[in-house]
Amino acid sequence: MPLTPVLSAHWDEADSYTLDGYRRHGGYDALALAFAKQPDDVIQLVKDSGLRGRGGAGFPTGMKWGFVPQGDGKPHYLVVNADESEPGACKDVPLMLANPHSLVEGVVIASYAIRANHAFIYIRGEVPHAIRRVASAVREAYAAGLLGQNILGSGFDLEVTVHAGAGAYICGEETALLDSLEGFRGQPRLKPPFPAVAGLYASPTVVNNVETIASVPSIVTNGADWYTSYGSEKSPGVKLFAVSGHVERPGIFEAPMGTTMRELLEWAGGMRKGHRLKFWVPGGSSVPLLTEEHLDVPYTYEDIAAAGSMLGTGTPMVFDETTSVTRAVTRWLEFYKHESCGKCTPCREGTYWLVDLLRRLESGVGSDDDITRINEVSAQIAGRSFCALGDAAATPFPGAMKYFADEIALGTHTAASDLYDPVAATVLAGVNA
Amino acid sequence: MTVTTASTSGDTLEPRPDLVTLTIDGVETSVPKGTLIIRAAEQLGVAVPRFCDHPLLDPVAACRMCLIEVEGMPKPQPACAVTCSDGMVVKTQMTSAVAGEAQRSVMEFLLINHPLDCPICDKGGECPLQNQAMTSGQGDTRFDGPKRTFPKPINLSAQVLLDRERCVSCARCTRFAEQIAGDPFIELLERGSQQQVGIADDVPFNSYYSGNTIQICPVGALTSAMYRFRSRPFDLASTPTACEHCASGCSLRTDSRRNAVMRRLAAVDPEVNEEWNCDKGRFAFRYLESDRRLTSPLVREGGELRPASWDEALVAAANGLKTADGKTGTVTGGRLMVEDAYAFSVFTRRVLGTNDIDFRPKGSSPEEEQFLAARVAGRGLGPTYADLEGAPAVLLVAFEPEDESPIVLLRLRKAAKAGTRVLAVAPAASRGLAKLDGTWIPSVPGSEATALQNLAPDVVDLFGQAGAVVLVGERAAASPGLLTAVGELCDRTGAALGWVPRRAGDRGALDAGLLPTLLPGGRPVADAAARVDTAAIWGAAEVPETAGRDLPTMLKAVEDREISALLMAGVQLDDLPDGAEAALRAAEFVVVLDTHDHAVVQFADVVFPVAAAPEKAGSFVNWEGRVRPSSQPLRTSLMTDARVLSVLGAEMGVAGLESDPVALMAQLEEFSGWEGARVSPPSVAGAPPDPGPGLLLATWRPLLEATHLQSGEPYLAATARAQEVWLSTGEARELGASEGDMITVTGASGSVTAPLVLAEVAAGAVVVTGNAHRALGASGVRVQVAVEGQG
Ligand SMILES: Cc1cc2nc3c(=O)[nH]c(=O)nc-3n(C[C@H](O)[C@H](O)[C@H](O)COP(=O)(O)O)c2cc1C
Ligand code: SF4
Ligand code: SF4
Ligand code: SF4
Ligand code: FES
Repeated sequence: MPLTPVLSAHWDEADSYTLDGYRRHGGYDALALAFAKQPDDVIQLVKDSGLRGRGGAGFPTGMKWGFVPQGDGKPHYLVVNADESEPGACKDVPLMLANPHSLVEGVVIASYAIRANHAFIYIRGEVPHAIRRVASAVREAYAAGLLGQNILGSGFDLEVTVHAGAGAYICGEETALLDSLEGFRGQPRLKPPFPAVAGLYASPTVVNNVETIASVPSIVTNGADWYTSYGSEKSPGVKLFAVSGHVERPGIFEAPMGTTMRELLEWAGGMRKGHRLKFWVPGGSSVPLLTEEHLDVPYTYEDIAAAGSMLGTGTPMVFDETTSVTRAVTRWLEFYKHESCGKCTPCREGTYWLVDLLRRLESGVGSDDDITRINEVSAQIAGRSFCALGDAAATPFPGAMKYFADEIALGTHTAASDLYDPVAATVLAGVNA
Repeated sequence: MTVTTASTSGDTLEPRPDLVTLTIDGVETSVPKGTLIIRAAEQLGVAVPRFCDHPLLDPVAACRMCLIEVEGMPKPQPACAVTCSDGMVVKTQMTSAVAGEAQRSVMEFLLINHPLDCPICDKGGECPLQNQAMTSGQGDTRFDGPKRTFPKPINLSAQVLLDRERCVSCARCTRFAEQIAGDPFIELLERGSQQQVGIADDVPFNSYYSGNTIQICPVGALTSAMYRFRSRPFDLASTPTACEHCASGCSLRTDSRRNAVMRRLAAVDPEVNEEWNCDKGRFAFRYLESDRRLTSPLVREGGELRPASWDEALVAAANGLKTADGKTGTVTGGRLMVEDAYAFSVFTRRVLGTNDIDFRPKGSSPEEEQFLAARVAGRGLGPTYADLEGAPAVLLVAFEPEDESPIVLLRLRKAAKAGTRVLAVAPAASRGLAKLDGTWIPSVPGSEATALQNLAPDVVDLFGQAGAVVLVGERAAASPGLLTAVGELCDRTGAALGWVPRRAGDRGALDAGLLPTLLPGGRPVADAAARVDTAAIWGAAEVPETAGRDLPTMLKAVEDREISALLMAGVQLDDLPDGAEAALRAAEFVVVLDTHDHAVVQFADVVFPVAAAPEKAGSFVNWEGRVRPSSQPLRTSLMTDARVLSVLGAEMGVAGLESDPVALMAQLEEFSGWEGARVSPPSVAGAPPDPGPGLLLATWRPLLEATHLQSGEPYLAATARAQEVWLSTGEARELGASEGDMITVTGASGSVTAPLVLAEVAAGAVVVTGNAHRALGASGVRVQVAVEGQG
């Protein structure tokens, strides 16, 4: 497959993030096209394109917009989820840095479609550079009449608020995000009601990922058929694949759905010199890992699922033979324990327990019972937690056991650091050797 | 369109569109739409284990203890948060291995970080975690790592302590504080396994309702400073009692051990206090153990009171009262149980031969007497708490429910959440009113009657709606014309009228006829038929025909030597009008029945000790007119007031006065349903305050204050709200004062200094919260206001 740069087409231009830079390549042309349609027709167009949410769950975007009750007399809101905090996920922040106007244009079109007159962009607090970029793009758009009252003479009004989070993974969960945005402590809300019916300030709200919204202008410009000409029937379109880890050139590659990991690896310059692939994780730490045998699995929701994992955020992390799988899983679980919001018992207590058990294995003092227990405790969390963070925490270990049971069993007598020099897995490898 | 087929029974039942039919553990059941699975299961006798669920709180589905299987849903579902729907097939732990396993898992998780220090935990023996670990757990843990620990305990307030390591993060306490009490001073903080309940740095959990969180905490994480480590639940004897502290009328459970009260809990009483009570009712009972308790009769000899035998005291009292020969006045407080109050009514009329009797505290007026006799006394039940909840609109007049009848506030909050409009004619928009999302109708003290007469037409219309209620507090007596105007408003609109006094015995005393113009059951003294009726029930030849004197008139009559003796019961100096000491001193003979030694006792010639409320069986009548029966948790050798009056009556020649509480109640019951004449309602014109220097004082007594019924409980006292002075922004500007400045308010007999709070206050008024009576007087007096240090 070829690379198909759409969102990332002009990231190499020095002013790609400015209004001028964006406009030079037809930026904001989609807006007028959208305004020429009825809002319902815009929703239909997005439905026809088959665009699926890029935040991880892959929910069909047009369908989500269609859930918003119309004519209900309540204000509607669009909320852009720019909390990108999943380990391994690094696509929304670069997109906001290099091409924030695609997001702003998408926000206007999406808001027009769902009939929202106020949109919020909720950006994780630890990326002030991205916050500044988006804020200045919003300012530019206001100044150019692309936001505010009567945009482009369409009669459509839209206010956009850029909001900085305070650093919590859970605030990426859409209902926790809404609580956080309302000024409360970010914890997921009980559903139903779903955000489409009672979201922000108990009004109908659409929450979409940055990449999802930024993809909308190109669909409006080029049409649904153009979009569905890429990818598979169930997973159409193009996507930003962010490859990280033990590769020569980590980076973001925009390519059609259905691209394989083997192709992504090639673009990334292959594995670090002198090293072999050990395992890779297709969509952030919350999905089960895969191995070399899966390099030719097409990157579609259905194919990755058939291979036993999930597409997730579509941001593969690649690990070579210097990596201790026990150590990697322990670090992930430490992340989930640290980020568990504490609301529900299985996640709050389960992650506490898992970290305790995993650290024993990592330091070589675990037992066979501990291994069984980690599997059992993971199973006790999965499907019983309040939100998907708990499910995510239950995923890495059973996934790793599937391919690396023997290595994990070494943790009953040998520390991971004795088996895998921690430095060897880092960029410092060989520096002081 | 849904077509409902007839049920298998053969009878064709009317299909109920508001019902849904589902199957739980193989049993078909129909429940109202919106019913949660956990409630539907309860109705079938299936107890799904739970922690965060509470029927009076909104669901959170946080603890995950109640996971059950719902056919067609891929994951186990929380029974406490999923509503029943038609055709649903539910399997609880009784029939589903998945559900049973999910519950065992959650229980195991809950216990990994739990200290399991049951032997030293207050909750041990009555702990939902212990119990459900038995029913839904597995007896042993597989967790062998280090447990999370916290320094223990921390104070959420002076009274409420938190042992964080025992907390299961169920959010019952925080939801109670926010949803029920409207005091969101506690919140879950931090995250993950560090999540804990906490307070803001400088704002303790000083809620009048804080004790409820201790009761509903499903573990021993929340404890009270006063009960912590004092006893074990299995060593306690529980007795159903009624609260003696206020006219809300809570049902309580009194737990005692070795004849001492160890703690009190709110009992479940859906019609009154639901499952809640206030901290005063929960914690204020140490007065029973006070060293000022009276234990033996006292008689005065050589100017000093000395202990005496009952015989000696009875003879002395009988002689003294006989000597007064009909010139005795009876003054009871509003704290007596209704049986005792009724005994005073009988004794005063039959033995003392007079209608000189009054139960009301200072601030009462003839207008109030007429109002109560005409509109409240003997009217039976209603309006009720349920009426408040169902009312389209409720008007509060001279009444701050949070301080003056806390359970009324809780029910009004529930009502307001469901759409009831609350309005208040008041000198200020109080925080209590804000909790009710209420509308403030400004009125300076003294001009409330005018405000009522001038209500906007749309407001009047609100009260023309069926079910509307007007609640008037006892402070209304001090504002001339106000009770007249309240009655007229209800007459005009058809709104139901509720009178909410402060003390638990006030309404009972009124129904028992402890007023100079009133016999029991709302019968007017002036009505011949009422007197004949009364005499017949009493088996007496007659009852005195002359109207008696009210309290202020009695006290004046004592000074004028028209009354020579006083019979007093449960009355404190603070209840009496200013300057009452002079009358007490002037009285030739004073008999006092009381539980405690206090200032009034020192004026007595004969003192009889009597049993306190928890030491006897009896009842209170709450503001609704509802009888609140109370059993006897404590044994005592002391007699009830009624028993003392009975033996004293015999000593004075009237034998056979009833003293058995059941018989007294039965007799009082005979007075109900009076259809004869009533005292006519008052018709007093409003008298708005004259213009004058300074501001008009507005004040009401707080829930918590230093009275003897609240003595001995320092932790409770420490949660009392600090005194404040409220001024409008305009008034404050004129004074050159800003928020937080210390303001001195000076009245005729003293001054109060407290920090300024800028509030919505009616022009020309100043609010002083907390007890300002002693220093400044009652609402409506003129006071001077100055910034401290600025002359
Ligand atoms: C713990 C957790 C963290 C999440 N973090 C993010 C995030 O950072 N960005 C994001 O777009 N979606 C995140 N999601 C998914 C959102 O809940 C939601 O599904 C998504 O924003 C919907 O947008 P989409 O339909 O455009 O994908 C997270 C979900 C969970 C459970
Ligand atoms: S699974 Fe539970 S504890 Fe974990 S983040 Fe979600 S709600 Fe919070
Ligand atoms: S303190 Fe008690 S009531 Fe409050 S959250 Fe913890 S366990 Fe629940
Ligand atoms: S509200 Fe009144 S009746 Fe209820 S507990 Fe408190 S003082 Fe007692
Ligand atoms: S009782 Fe249902 S989740 Fe807590």
